[in-house]
Amino acid sequence: MDGKISRRSFLKGGLAAAGAAVASSLPMPEAVKASSVEELATLIDIRKCIGCEACVEACQEVNEPKFPEPKKPFPKMYPSRVKVSDWSDKRDVMDRLTPYNWLFIQEATVTVNGEEETFTIPRRCMHCQNPPCADLCPWGAAGKLKNGITRINSDYCLGGSKCKDVCPWHIPQRQTGVGLYLDLLPAFAGNGVMYKCDRCYNRIAEGQLPACIDVCPENVQKIGPRDEILKEAHAIQKEIGGYIYGEKENGGTNTIYVSPVPFEDLNKVIETGPGKPDLRPVKDSMAQADNLAKAMVIAPIAGMAAAAAKFFVSAKKSMGPEDK
Amino acid sequence: MMKTSNRTRLTAGNRALYRVFILAMILTAFTGFGQMPIFKRYYISDIPGMAWSADFYATHFLHYVGAMVLLGLFAYFILDYILSGRKKLQLTPSAYFRIILMAGIVATGILRVFKNMPDVLFSPAFTAFIDISHLGFAMVYLFTALVLVLMKRGWVRKTDQYRMDSV
Repeated sequence: MDGKISRRSFLKGGLAAAGAAVASSLPMPEAVKASSVEELATLIDIRKCIGCEACVEACQEVNEPKFPEPKKPFPKMYPSRVKVSDWSDKRDVMDRLTPYNWLFIQEATVTVNGEEETFTIPRRCMHCQNPPCADLCPWGAAGKLKNGITRINSDYCLGGSKCKDVCPWHIPQRQTGVGLYLDLLPAFAGNGVMYKCDRCYNRIAEGQLPACIDVCPENVQKIGPRDEILKEAHAIQKEIGGYIYGEKENGGTNTIYVSPVPFEDLNKVIETGPGKPDLRPVKDSMAQADNLAKAMVIAPIAGMAAAAAKFFVSAKKSMGPEDK
Repeated sequence: MMKTSNRTRLTAGNRALYRVFILAMILTAFTGFGQMPIFKRYYISDIPGMAWSADFYATHFLHYVGAMVLLGLFAYFILDYILSGRKKLQLTPSAYFRIILMAGIVATGILRVFKNMPDVLFSPAFTAFIDISHLGFAMVYLFTALVLVLMKRGWVRKTDQYRMDSV
């Protein structure tokens, strides 16, 4: 199966993404376009991962210029329940997601065919197809790019952490003392900037692979058009009698995991908690709102129908017997 | 209560619609502010019975429900005014001002709902523009409505059947 997704098809997607990046920088409605460019997804075959953390180190190295450099002391925030979130002195933490670590390796030891086996799983943002973080961000800081990347724009983010609350995996992580909120009302609104994997959007725009994929010595990850990635994931699943995670979770994501053991079993043994996402099934968080949005079209039609009906009834009433 | 003789009484049907309008406005205003992560920070969700206000999915759903009701009411009022109201009613200057503000809220709200649909992509700058405009129109509208309530200014005058009070 290796090499099915060619560098050419990846670069094709990358060029399309570059176009999308240009279009998305326009602050005018011209940028309002339905996504016609194919989304890029990544395939993570957890059988191949040896947990060497080369991807984690590469992610930190490549994304260092994007990392927060907070100003200290932090402004006093009110009320007192608002807590500072400071990772700037813990930049070396690699066993969970932080503003300075957008990818980490999760370990799961399970019994397969009577034998204990340990799997290592690279975890980061899933890059949902319909991301609630982007849909519900009140300031447009979180957004989705045409190539399927969900990105938090650190220039706009106020660090309210809503994206983390609505994310089914609670991926984004906050750093206090940076960003736009410092120029607004730092004591009363905002609390820094949220950070997470942006799937190296800038490298992809230049036709390069995301750092974690580029450096992996075991070729654990692949990137390509989503339908090709899914085709390959299903082929592996069939071949090994395995399982897929990310295809349908939260309505579909652009991160597809393939495993020889059920994700339900992996989820039971992985360490979860703050900065350590789970692997449980996730229903489409935005489905209800999307259905309601479609139904919204009916409301003005119903209103107009009621007004028209009222008019015709009163017109009929006002007509005398002679008129009839 | 009535200071001017040309102000009118609501019919029973319009009184009911007026109440629905008020409730929908309160619901959308409250849940709209709830789109910002402030209710938990400022203890609103700690008030007994208000825990739901810190659930962003709940406030988002209720905001959409309120918007649906308002869209239906606006369509009804506009067509009703065109078909029959215009002959009997005259919009006050303050009503025109409120209509302009409300049009701004509706237009930016529709854009935001559209943006939230799957595969519809806006630039961060345009999204921020929509969000801030929506909030701005809503805040100016609410402030204006409050002032007009205190000034007892209605929406329409010179009729004996129909009046939407200051909202």
